[in-house]
Amino acid sequence: MADSSARVMPTPTGSALPLIGKSDTKPTWCPGCGDFGVVAAVEMAVKRLQIPVHNVVIVSGIGCSSNLPHFLSSYGFHAIHGRSLPVAEGIRWANHGLTVIGTGGDGDGFGIGVGHFVHTMRRNVDMTYVTMDNQIYGLTTGQASPTSTMGQKTKSTPTGVIEHPIDPIALALASGATYVARGFSGDVKQLADLVAGGIQHKGFAFVDVFSPCVTYNKINTFDFFRQRVYKLESAGHDPANIVAAFERSLEWGDKIPIGLFYKTERPTYEDLEEVLAAGPLALQPSGIKGRTAILDEFV
Amino acid sequence: MYELSVRSGGQAGDGIASVGETIARCFSRMGLHVFGLNAYQSVIRGGHVWYQARTGDGRPHSQGDGLDILYALDRQTVDVHAAGLRRGGTVVFDPEKFAVSASELPAGVTALPVPTLEFARKHTSQSILQNAGGIGATAFLSGIPLDILHQVLTDSFGRKAGDVVTWNLGASADGYHFAETHASANDHAVRKAGAAKLLMTGNQAIALGAAAAGLKFLAQYPMTPASGVLHYLAAHAQDFGIVVKQAEDEIAAINMAIGASFGGVRAMTATSGGGFSLMVEALGMAGMTETPLVVVESQRSGPSTGLPTKTEQGDLNLMLGAGQGEFPRAILAPTHAKDAYHATIRAFELAEAWQTPILLASDLHLSESHFTVDRDEIPLDLEPSSLFAVQPNGHEYLRYRYTDSGVSPRALPGQAGLQFIAGSDEHDEKGHLVSDTKSGIPRWVAERTRMMDKRMGKLKGLLANSEPLVWEGPADAPLTFVAWGSTVGPIRDAMAQLAAQGHPTNLLYFPTVYPLDPSAVTLAFGRAHRTLLVEANYSGQFGRLLRAESGVHLTSRLLKYDGEPFYPHEIVARGLEEMNHGG
Repeated sequence: MADSSARVMPTPTGSALPLIGKSDTKPTWCPGCGDFGVVAAVEMAVKRLQIPVHNVVIVSGIGCSSNLPHFLSSYGFHAIHGRSLPVAEGIRWANHGLTVIGTGGDGDGFGIGVGHFVHTMRRNVDMTYVTMDNQIYGLTTGQASPTSTMGQKTKSTPTGVIEHPIDPIALALASGATYVARGFSGDVKQLADLVAGGIQHKGFAFVDVFSPCVTYNKINTFDFFRQRVYKLESAGHDPANIVAAFERSLEWGDKIPIGLFYKTERPTYEDLEEVLAAGPLALQPSGIKGRTAILDEFV
Repeated sequence: MYELSVRSGGQAGDGIASVGETIARCFSRMGLHVFGLNAYQSVIRGGHVWYQARTGDGRPHSQGDGLDILYALDRQTVDVHAAGLRRGGTVVFDPEKFAVSASELPAGVTALPVPTLEFARKHTSQSILQNAGGIGATAFLSGIPLDILHQVLTDSFGRKAGDVVTWNLGASADGYHFAETHASANDHAVRKAGAAKLLMTGNQAIALGAAAAGLKFLAQYPMTPASGVLHYLAAHAQDFGIVVKQAEDEIAAINMAIGASFGGVRAMTATSGGGFSLMVEALGMAGMTETPLVVVESQRSGPSTGLPTKTEQGDLNLMLGAGQGEFPRAILAPTHAKDAYHATIRAFELAEAWQTPILLASDLHLSESHFTVDRDEIPLDLEPSSLFAVQPNGHEYLRYRYTDSGVSPRALPGQAGLQFIAGSDEHDEKGHLVSDTKSGIPRWVAERTRMMDKRMGKLKGLLANSEPLVWEGPADAPLTFVAWGSTVGPIRDAMAQLAAQGHPTNLLYFPTVYPLDPSAVTLAFGRAHRTLLVEANYSGQFGRLLRAESGVHLTSRLLKYDGEPFYPHEIVARGLEEMNHGG
């Protein structure tokens, strides 16, 4: 058993720290899947920020898009369905020196995991959450998702969806996310900018990505989005204005905004958790050896 | 030998737990061992609650059977409890609130009317202090010196306003002197026995054990009777350097703990059966990703919401079977507070060594009762070891490398050159999933079997490192009690009663409920003449496990599922019956 003095994170020497790249596992997504654009954007963003690959943890849930961590060379945690965010929070609090990126789909994040989504945002945990929103359940072969369009016919809704879709952007704004953006996997360059901005942002950064499912969603296709999306930064939107952000989040139809909806500064959970002021938890000493005075309260 | 039981009762909101705990703490401060039972209901105000402190010159293992002094804050307390008073006993009450006539009390029991409200008014016009005079009278009858009572009261008020302390000391002294003038102390009144002992709940012992074992992260959702773990650690989080997180639900709690453990710290969650039911899927993820995790499951009466404030051992089947598929786990079942401290440390050591979830099975009777321990029984001398088990060596790092033990070297995120994926899908040695394009392909079919064998192989190691079954009592006794967890307490007291009546018995209990060693179990039961399985559940869940694991079939069973803990007399009566039938 090593003694406690060994509890230091090994630091690589030399100036050229290894950066993120592709792993030796090839993506298993359908040809043309929107998620290829997202994994490319995440890789570009992390690389651009020069974050050493061993300090990056990508956490996902279950679904086509949640396979993403396997395709990059960083640390990863491929968790159970809907639970990527609490796992990611635990990792952040264990070691807030790490860059934590959550990835997953709309079913994972806005269906089974929506409770965690809301709570992680109100806590303003300093991490980035990228959802590949294809408005369908893909890996289970085409059922309605929380963001499926009213009336959309799927295997589970043969006569059409009769529930109003969740608006992830408005939900994020209402829940206290401090960086709220929407990207399109058909525009990898802008998406990489949004993801990089999210990683750099101190606080919870949410990037919802239109990432079309080419197999099971015949409505929300690449063409559907190409015809409709416009960029907020070209439309004079002020991302400091939350009311304007809410107004933009409601736009859906012939024109759909992408880009940065909202950005603000507020103390993160890690800032406010006093125990973390002494540094990453994983590097702090542990145990209560010799602290016999703490037993006095039981006398 | 002597023993003394003091009970206080009233409505929720009357401060019964605080009255009872004050008396219990006076005893422990006098160096006496105490068992404190806090019986309450799922209401905040009203209803009926009571607290019993049992002490004596021995070590009480349960609430016992007798009652010597009853401090009744309301009439219902007299109605419910007076019949249980032993000869020589006393009922303390305030005649301004209600009347108690001597004729309704058992023979040899005295009613002592104490003007507690009058004493209170003497010191302040505020409607507080109503319990102080009663505590004073109860303390006198119990043999507690006034200065000890005053020390305990002063300490319990801590830094509160000085007047409140002064008033309380005054009113309690009035009650004490009143009883001194109008009554005599109980025949079993206590005497100072030595250095002060520590008085703590099972939950506090678990929390201390976790901290000693190097806990750095607790995530929990409030649920009786596990909340005491959260409360103690939240109060000491800064001091101990532990991040304590109240999660949005139990699903989040266990997933946060798994994330934190993966991230490089010792992590735990605690809950009761309802919350544990929600944690089940993630428990399997800890098994699959080989992430160390300690889960405290403090059982209460089920099913569903059940009896939230009452005890049971009904979740063993759940703990054994929690999670789809199969993965290695161990279930430890401490029997009292000191045991709980050490079992929790053991749980962390096993989780760390075998990289799998370890369950600590408590129940309301253990979690929320008060126990005394000596300082040297919970040595805070553990030096938690480093989690870093691997360093880069130029070879490809395989997080899930096949090994004889099933345990693979664990890297932690942040270590350079050792990146891996922890996957809830079936995976290869590298951590890459074999669940999609590889599944069903012969090479990977074989890989799946091998990876299952690797994980499940850890059960052998868990078994080899588990605390063996424990015998207590004379080897050749005609009756062997068989038990697990907190039920062992009342059995110990019952055995003492039986021995005093000339009936030696012994006890076989299981600090590690699972995994069990079939040959050790068979061997152990070979030594027993006649057995009686004692469990607080309907179907004898542990008996079923014993039979499944070893073929040992225990046909005599004392099962209880009314929410109340076992009382020694129930075990004595059934034990005598068994021995008589045995001839």
